[in-house]
Amino acid sequence: MSKVDTPRAETKAVARPSRAGVLRRQLQQFLAFASLVVLMAFFSIANANFLTWSNISGILLSTAVIGILALGTTFVIITGGIDLSLGTGMTLASVMTGVFLVNFGLPLIVGVIGGILTGALMGMINGFNVAVLKIPPFIATLAMMLIAQGLALVISGAAPIYFSAVPGFTDIAMGSLIPGTRLPTAVLILFALTATAAVILGKSILGRYTFSIGSNEEATSISGINVRKWKILIYTLSGMFTGIAGVVIASRLNSAQPALGLGYELQAIAAVVIGGTSLQGGKGSVIGTIIGALIMGVLTNGLRIMSIPQEWQTVVVGVVILVAVYTDILRRGKGA
Amino acid sequence: MSDQLLNIEGVSKSFPGVQALSDVHLDLTAGEVHALVGENGAGKSTLMKVLAGIYEADSGSVSLDGRPVRIDGPLAAQALGISIIHQELFLMPDLTIAENIYIGREKRKGFGLFTDDKDLNRRATELFDRLGISLDPRTKVGSLVVAQQQVVEIAKALSFSARVLIMDEPTAALTASETEVLFGIIRDLKEQGTGIIYISHRMEELKAISDRITVLRDGAYIATLNTAETDLRQVISLMVGRQISTATRPAGTSGDRPTVLRVEGLTTKGLLSDVSFELRQGEILGFAGLMGAGRTEVARAICGADRPDSGDIFVHGEKVHIDDPSDAARLGIGYLSEDRKRFGLMLDQDVNFNIIISSLTEYTNGLGIVRDEQGRATSRRLVESMKIKTPSIRQRTKNLSGGNQQKIVISKWLAKDCEILIFDEPTRGIDVGAKEEIYELLNRLADQGKSIIMISSELPEVLRLAHRIVVMSEGHVTGVLDNSDADQEIVMDYATRSGVHGGIGG
Repeated sequence: MSKVDTPRAETKAVARPSRAGVLRRQLQQFLAFASLVVLMAFFSIANANFLTWSNISGILLSTAVIGILALGTTFVIITGGIDLSLGTGMTLASVMTGVFLVNFGLPLIVGVIGGILTGALMGMINGFNVAVLKIPPFIATLAMMLIAQGLALVISGAAPIYFSAVPGFTDIAMGSLIPGTRLPTAVLILFALTATAAVILGKSILGRYTFSIGSNEEATSISGINVRKWKILIYTLSGMFTGIAGVVIASRLNSAQPALGLGYELQAIAAVVIGGTSLQGGKGSVIGTIIGALIMGVLTNGLRIMSIPQEWQTVVVGVVILVAVYTDILRRGKGA
Repeated sequence: MSDQLLNIEGVSKSFPGVQALSDVHLDLTAGEVHALVGENGAGKSTLMKVLAGIYEADSGSVSLDGRPVRIDGPLAAQALGISIIHQELFLMPDLTIAENIYIGREKRKGFGLFTDDKDLNRRATELFDRLGISLDPRTKVGSLVVAQQQVVEIAKALSFSARVLIMDEPTAALTASETEVLFGIIRDLKEQGTGIIYISHRMEELKAISDRITVLRDGAYIATLNTAETDLRQVISLMVGRQISTATRPAGTSGDRPTVLRVEGLTTKGLLSDVSFELRQGEILGFAGLMGAGRTEVARAICGADRPDSGDIFVHGEKVHIDDPSDAARLGIGYLSEDRKRFGLMLDQDVNFNIIISSLTEYTNGLGIVRDEQGRATSRRLVESMKIKTPSIRQRTKNLSGGNQQKIVISKWLAKDCEILIFDEPTRGIDVGAKEEIYELLNRLADQGKSIIMISSELPEVLRLAHRIVVMSEGHVTGVLDNSDADQEIVMDYATRSGVHGGIGG
């Protein structure tokens, strides 16, 4: 007897139903979710303080910003692209929010929308550079990362902008909409955006084209879809999420910190990858991304509670990324 | 038998849910070309992979020179002198021809740190001289056209001094003259005593080159025939398991029908020069010509994939600007590339996704949400009417056969309700039975009033289907013929007429 289950097998077995494929996709999400549960079980046994309401809500709060960034960039990654300007783009958005609200004294809602639009504009420029000028996403967004970082410092004069004089601003992230739960609004924003992103990716025409471009960009174009236009839209959408993350982090810190942000993009990309989205494009899910972000949040928090030094926490996150991606390769393995 | 080289006996191989090979026999004598034929999925590739050591057979035996051998990996196959020329190219475009051929076997110098390029090129030149190939081994493979790359692939396989050579559709990308060169090489190899297993869909080639023909169907051995005593129609009917009707040709031309598409003076420097023609409603307009004649370039210009330097395109008499395939799609022009996997399908996505991708806006509400139920209804309707063989519309397209994949690409444009369809080599890599279905389909679409441009390198196919034939050579239109005025010789005559200016690429 010999090897079983080779790729060709499926080719020939046209008569078989395709449930295996559907199941496999569900399995992928299930595995990510199971790892999250196992991690949480491990930490709750290791430390009694882990599974407390205040700690869980703390994890959710610390996941919110990375999670929002990761949600947006999931779309970009499914097209086969990458966005390195997430972190500093978020910073520029929060600085601009500060400029609108503190320096210009504009109404709260206008400042918030301005911050979000700053992110969207950067996304749009990224999209234009990638889709029209055909600059590889890695380079285009690397450049944008530097531009955003520099602009954030220039505009703020390299000093934090404080929102103390803006009434209600901290409530955006730190308020509590549901009475009695002490669940920060930032977490609710994360949940709402998760639902929105899931609908856009799973149900909307933009989501469908995102998968199509990632699966085969040339074929998508020949199929009569204006790939340039849709890519710009996808990067703009991702930029909006970056803008929202900028507002949320500013509200949470009650200040726009121009030196912050670098490195957030890598954590967001890590969350997306742990969630099973393929950097090759064409595959991925919003639920996966949010589970990936939570795994990172739980891991960081759990290790901290267990008094593992910060330096080692970083090492562990690196190893987790390797393990997550390798398991994914094994799972789709020969069949892919 | 004293000169028996290779003997395959009772080989079976199953994969979960499918019996890929059952009790297959094949014997090969030294100096013989043994053709292996069968529809896609008949088990040819599986059998070849068993010989190549990629798969291990469940039962049965393979013997070489009368001694049973165990082929447990590609290296073992190579050591036994079994070499395979794959259908797909496995070459590194940034390396030279010589580097590609001898990769991993380079002579080293300077403490083994450097490759001896002189030695490499000398060996390659010797090999090419022996094979009668006129290519400079120092050329980068990426700068070669596909046919030349194929030649390199063949040379590479031969450089292993194989005793058993397996060729999987070696002529798929070759022109007639290149095919002749290959056949010359094959005849030389025969004389040297090499046994060749030759897989091809092209019946004429079997007559020209093979000594015996073995037919497989649905993984089972059907028959082995002596080529000289065999009518090829018989081979085809053994392959498909039924009788194929004699080819008919379309009656009459499409004279007084309204013109749907008119192309005037299409020019792209180095590729196309002053290409003009018109396409009438409900006709199949064949495009004949040799490889590199510019037929695909015309198609790509019309569908917006490439932008020509000059020239006008008129749809229903109105001048149109096509800067992007989305413009062409809006005008009702659909393009089906010869390279389905690259330009036609999202292979990782399912049948439904692929069928409705072009017409998605029709199932989308004001908020941009796709009404999946409507899309799926369209997919189901097309899967049924196009007779696409798939367990469900949720099946990933990469798991379907070439013929069914082609039908999915056609369905995509029918879902969009395109009235102009451009087929570029619609039956390439599709087995005989499925070809018949595609032919019927093209005729049916034309009868329904669709206007079709069909580019094909197979002249019998063009003559059988096209109402009129545009012949191209070196970027020029050298002739436009009514079907009744055309036969293979006349078309080839136009196709080999030199264009006015030389220097036409690819």
